[in-house]
Amino acid sequence: MSEKSYMVPNPPTPNKAVTFNPDVCIGCNRCVEVCPTDVMMPNPEKKKQPIVVYPEECWYCGGCVEECPRPGAITMLHPTQQRISMNWKRKDTGELYRLGMNNPPPPNLRPPSGE
Amino acid sequence: MSTWHEYVQKTGKVPEWPYPVNYGQMNEITTDVLVIGGGVAGLQAAINAARMGVKVAVLERGHAKRSGSGGAGVDHWHGAVTNPCSKVTPLMYTNACYDSMQGWTGAHVRYIITKESWDTLRECEQMGIQIRDVKDEFKGAPFRDETSKLMFAYDYKNRHVIRVWGWNIKPKLYEQAVQLGVNIQNRMMPTALLTEGGKQGARVVGATAVNTHTGEFFVFKAKATVIATGGAGRLFTFEPEVTASSSMSDMNSAGVGQALGWKAGAEFVCMEASGQGRLSGHAYAPYSMGNTHNTYHGTPIVDADGKEVPWIDVFGNLLNTVDDRFLPHGKQDFILGEGIGIGPYLQQFRGNDLTHDLVEKIRKGEFKLPLYADFTRLSALERRCIFGMMVGNEGKTRIAIYDTLTKAGFDPDKDLFQAPVTMPEGYAHPNFWSTGVNTAPTVRMLGGGGFLVDWDLKTNLEGLYIGAGGNLFGGGCHGESHTTGRYAGKHAAAYAKTAPEPKIDKTQVNKEREFAYNATRQSKEGNGWKEINAAIARIMRDYCGRYKNATTLNLGLRLFNELKTAELATAYASNPHELGRLLECYSLVTLGELVMKSSLERKASNTILDFIRLDYPAMDPPEWNKLLPVRQEDDKVKVRSLPLDFHLKAPYAADFEENYQQHTTK
Repeated sequence: MSEKSYMVPNPPTPNKAVTFNPDVCIGCNRCVEVCPTDVMMPNPEKKKQPIVVYPEECWYCGGCVEECPRPGAITMLHPTQQRISMNWKRKDTGELYRLGMNNPPPPNLRPPSGE
Repeated sequence: MSTWHEYVQKTGKVPEWPYPVNYGQMNEITTDVLVIGGGVAGLQAAINAARMGVKVAVLERGHAKRSGSGGAGVDHWHGAVTNPCSKVTPLMYTNACYDSMQGWTGAHVRYIITKESWDTLRECEQMGIQIRDVKDEFKGAPFRDETSKLMFAYDYKNRHVIRVWGWNIKPKLYEQAVQLGVNIQNRMMPTALLTEGGKQGARVVGATAVNTHTGEFFVFKAKATVIATGGAGRLFTFEPEVTASSSMSDMNSAGVGQALGWKAGAEFVCMEASGQGRLSGHAYAPYSMGNTHNTYHGTPIVDADGKEVPWIDVFGNLLNTVDDRFLPHGKQDFILGEGIGIGPYLQQFRGNDLTHDLVEKIRKGEFKLPLYADFTRLSALERRCIFGMMVGNEGKTRIAIYDTLTKAGFDPDKDLFQAPVTMPEGYAHPNFWSTGVNTAPTVRMLGGGGFLVDWDLKTNLEGLYIGAGGNLFGGGCHGESHTTGRYAGKHAAAYAKTAPEPKIDKTQVNKEREFAYNATRQSKEGNGWKEINAAIARIMRDYCGRYKNATTLNLGLRLFNELKTAELATAYASNPHELGRLLECYSLVTLGELVMKSSLERKASNTILDFIRLDYPAMDPPEWNKLLPVRQEDDKVKVRSLPLDFHLKAPYAADFEENYQQHTTK
């Protein structure tokens, strides 16, 4: 059972820059509107999540995530070459962690100062 | 489904361009003040011009709510020397910058910045930016003033750099500009300044632009114009697939403002200056790894076995406490701070640093890689301030670093944050994540040169003012962009109030319109913008890299002409986005030509400008200790010479304060 194959260019690098959760996203396109470099475009189908067209133009300012009225609808995804570089070690146990690992540790829920 | 690839493969259809396309459709906007570039500098210019009661339009490349290098946030504000806790005066600060640069920075611009930086920050506070520890989260910390609740960075004694909660500074400026009725036009790629009679060197009376969603053409008619654009991160290197995520300037930074000015006849200085491209090279995501620089200044660094790297003062003496890392020592006047567009620092203004034999000790095995930032060795208040207050508010850190890492479980109270693993020389500078050693020396970035302005921040062209950090000779970073934007906006408004009506030259408009859509009329076989941009960067690296002579520079100029008449002339844009990016390639070529032509005029090598002419190898011959302003007249380069301290010579007064008082708008 295989899906139809298409002649498409290689996936761009980075592949995504941001990713959408279609169950949460309401397709309001506020992220599309504020993106300084038009990384995303509106979906031809109304009320659907935007389409990432130019991920290599993303500079990871995070404005789209800040602008989103539905937390969790859009997530910034650092390129894999950056995720693989963000490593830390728990001081008392020596355990190694990295951004994007399988079975990550529980989140640190402390908000930034001022919140 | 998030990406174009997924969409195409799921639906079997290529999605149509989502906006109506009307290439060339004419729109005309008449205003008193036109601001080109809607970043922090541009919106400050717009807000302050509008407050003076004139009509203002902003021409913005992205969307002004969050765009620009400063649009991603700010955590510390430089040059706020007139704040109530500061022990530094505008003159002390200005001289520290000017003397550190041995004269190669616009000290008049620095003086204006230090006079008005704190006032500008207080206005930001009125717009809703938190600049004080109002919730007393940091009560009792050595960096906090208990009365004003201001918090300071770098130098806890002299207190002139203010820590701020600036993650939302851009949306707040945007709200203010909208409230004041500023006409903000987003998605605009400017193509030319309009001048009276269409003549180079004449009064600037507006600009033309293409909308990169719709392809429509815009003519802005204005009595006064402020250029408030950014740098040109794509000039010497273009590999966005690898470097866009590590850059501190986004893809829209294409030297557009400088190109507009050069074509119109504006004067520039020190465009031959460049430096190795730390931030535009092969770095890591900004602030994403262990280091002890800038936002992270003072963070303890330990090796793989937990052995701490010692700190020293500028005289080489060991520092025993973390607090010592934030204080001047011995005969030091004060610590100037990092990230203000200053290259070398004189000893009396330099900051404390990791021990300078770290590189050597890593080579000998005394410190074992990888290194880590160990926040647990900081006091709870300093730790929370660095990772929580500063990381969380600095550009590209709130979502990209704080939110991302804490959600992934990182806890500065418990974890060691790994530094990049790189060559030993990579640890010579405490900003490990920007890893200059990974960047070839030929990859340069523009280094402090820019528009030459007078004490009004006005150029040599009537009606043209500059407010910015990256393209202004004497400009700096985030706060400096706000302050110069605010000052330039006020002066442009004052001029617009009495200026005659602008006269647009129809021939110039028609010529610009014809040129702007060239790429939409070409064969689909033509090159795309990325191919062209990569070629531009190649020409700059090879012919105007670290080592150059008159022959390589002239060959480089020849190759730009080749590119313009062959690949660029036949390049094809399949939608308004690609058209905008291709028009930026024209700007990059123009800026590259400006850099090469400036380089040809300086027939001497120069240390501060990091400028090496192989045909004039003697470093710093005294007869070349002068600025060489260049401009175009009838498309020919005109050069003159100007003393480094021109800002205190006729027609100006011999004293900074006297000049400032004569020129500031109250």
